[in-house]
Amino acid sequence: MLLIEELKVEVGGKPILKNINMEVPRGETHILFGPNGSGKTTLMMTLMGFSGYHITHGKITFKGEDITHMPIHERAQLGIGISLQRPPTINGLKTRNIVEICGAMQGGADVEKLARELNFSEFLDRDVNHNFSGGEIKRSELLQLMAQQPDLVLLDEPESGVDLENMALVGETINLLLGRGIQCPAPSDGPFVNRASDTAKSALVITHTGHILDYITADKGRVLYEGVLCFTRNAREILKWIRQRGYEGCARCTI
Amino acid sequence: MYDIDTDIKDIDPAGFETDAADHDYLTELTRMEPADASRLLDVGVDTQENARAGSFIQKDRSVIHCKSHRDGLEIMGISQAAARYEWLRDYIWKSVNPDTDKFTAQVKEIPHEGYFIRTLPGVKIAQPVQSCLYIAKEGFSQNVHNIVVAEEDSEIHIITGCATAPHLTKGLHVGVSEFYVKKGARLTFTMIHEWGEKVSVRPRTVTHVEAGGILVSNYISLKPVGNLQMFPTTYLDGENAVARFNSVLVAAKGSHLDVGSRVILNAPNTRAEIISRGITSGGTIIARGDLVGNYPGIKAHLECKGLILNEGLMHAVPELRATVPGVEMSHEAAVGKIDRREIEYLMARGLDEDEAVSTIVRGFLNVDIEGLPPSLKAKLDTAVSETQKDMM
Ligand SMILES: Nc1ncnc2c1ncn2[C@@H]1O[C@H](COP(=O)(O)OP(=O)(O)OP(=O)(O)O)[C@@H](O)[C@H]1O
Ligand SMILES: [Mg+2]
Repeated sequence: MLLIEELKVEVGGKPILKNINMEVPRGETHILFGPNGSGKTTLMMTLMGFSGYHITHGKITFKGEDITHMPIHERAQLGIGISLQRPPTINGLKTRNIVEICGAMQGGADVEKLARELNFSEFLDRDVNHNFSGGEIKRSELLQLMAQQPDLVLLDEPESGVDLENMALVGETINLLLGRGIQCPAPSDGPFVNRASDTAKSALVITHTGHILDYITADKGRVLYEGVLCFTRNAREILKWIRQRGYEGCARCTI
Repeated sequence: MYDIDTDIKDIDPAGFETDAADHDYLTELTRMEPADASRLLDVGVDTQENARAGSFIQKDRSVIHCKSHRDGLEIMGISQAAARYEWLRDYIWKSVNPDTDKFTAQVKEIPHEGYFIRTLPGVKIAQPVQSCLYIAKEGFSQNVHNIVVAEEDSEIHIITGCATAPHLTKGLHVGVSEFYVKKGARLTFTMIHEWGEKVSVRPRTVTHVEAGGILVSNYISLKPVGNLQMFPTTYLDGENAVARFNSVLVAAKGSHLDVGSRVILNAPNTRAEIISRGITSGGTIIARGDLVGNYPGIKAHLECKGLILNEGLMHAVPELRATVPGVEMSHEAAVGKIDRREIEYLMARGLDEDEAVSTIVRGFLNVDIEGLPPSLKAKLDTAVSETQKDMM
């Protein structure tokens, strides 16, 4: 689904991503760990195509297409969706409208229903992200992605700032978004065995706390350290390692 | 009383014709010439008059239609009103001094009608009254004098559209307006301008608001205008009086808009708010705001935001003046271009770059304008989208 090869990215003239190689196959959810400033957000912004993230080397392939230099909206239409860590406010544009814009890619979405499910109805008439609290921003981003239904979901710290009560809501919504909650009792034989993974989305999720792991099944975890992916393993295991040895220890043990 | 910079783009009223042929009076607005009618529709005039409490339509110097559909609502030409009401002498040229500038002097010297609109005490009119001042004659200087009196505890919304005939290449509109909002009354005044690209416009407006009175003034100018300069002044003279100004301005190439409002807060607990949004794409916008606090405890806020698309000049001039302690006055001014991050955010939601920019521009211009009838609101939304398309 997503293939990144030898990716090097500069931000403001400074090399941030030094040599990234990774693949997220169809239906898999990968978790990205890494200390502050290691380049996690940079990677996601680069995948989406935002300006200011200058690719100096390497290639990004999505659904078999080279998207390294593709404009943002074409990537979106091809099926990539992102929840930003720090999205901008858009004055005068109602949250309802941006959710409609997202839904338009799918031929329309039931905005009211989606908002009710995310306990976000009362925010629909507010300007996009205007004075939203940290947790509200996360729910707003998620609501937009629910309408958009991308095939590859990029989530930049979806749980940070979300309170305990809303965490369950956010976690379950992400699970729903990723299509991993559909426990489809597959017949022991026959063509439906892989049904769950057919509807499942691919995802790359950045988390510091790992709380999100209580709600979604992660296929793989990685650690980004000083612009290099240094560690690939089961996500929960990584979390444990980071707790025990710190990022640096984690990084060192693969060398 | 009223003072302004006149040094921006000098217009000489003497360079215009002050005589025009009379136009016939129309008993029904629907019988208007189709070309004129469509221009009127553009500025929000409902020629069916279904959702209007009354109408006043003036073409060049002639009042061509004037009707009130409500008891307690008076609408007539200013000369007729002056003949009927002796007391009007206490209102005409009482707020605006004819010697203010050459434009006011011209209105005094060669007046071409204008409207008189009055609500009697306690009369609350839900539907808006529409007025339209229309220039059809090439090179004409239309010099009108308008008076609005909202008597005590009355309520009225006036929507006034100003426009010119489609192919006019030269014209001047000078409008002296003196508005009186009496105790507890509420006047909402929405002005939609679609002057031609070669037309100069000089409104000169002063409003007095008495105790508990409310003035809401909306100004919308989205289409190209040659050059426009206005700086209406409002005096909040009575306790608890309120004034709110919203303006939405778009200046395309060749347009010069110098638009602002001044509110003078003279009484206890008076409040004022000025909100302006301007977009220039090749034109000039000078957005002024001036708040003067003359009584302790008054509250006033000024918000002025400008966007430059492509090129143009955007000049925000917010001013706050206080003459006593204990006032609460603030302003917020911002001029810039569209934030790249906002464009890209919307692109990540599937819009192409042009769509993203237009969505942001629409949002930017989307100030909540109080009291707009839904049909007009829809019209405004369309106009904003079109404006923005023209600019791309
Ligand atoms: N526009 C910029 N100009 C200069 N440096 C930048 C810019 N944007 C990001 N950086 C730097 O790039 C590095 C990587 O930032 P990035 O946001 O990718 O980190 P992150 O791993 O997401 O961190 P966090 O966990 O704190 O979110 C940081 O050192 C940051 O300061
Ligand atoms: Mg980050």
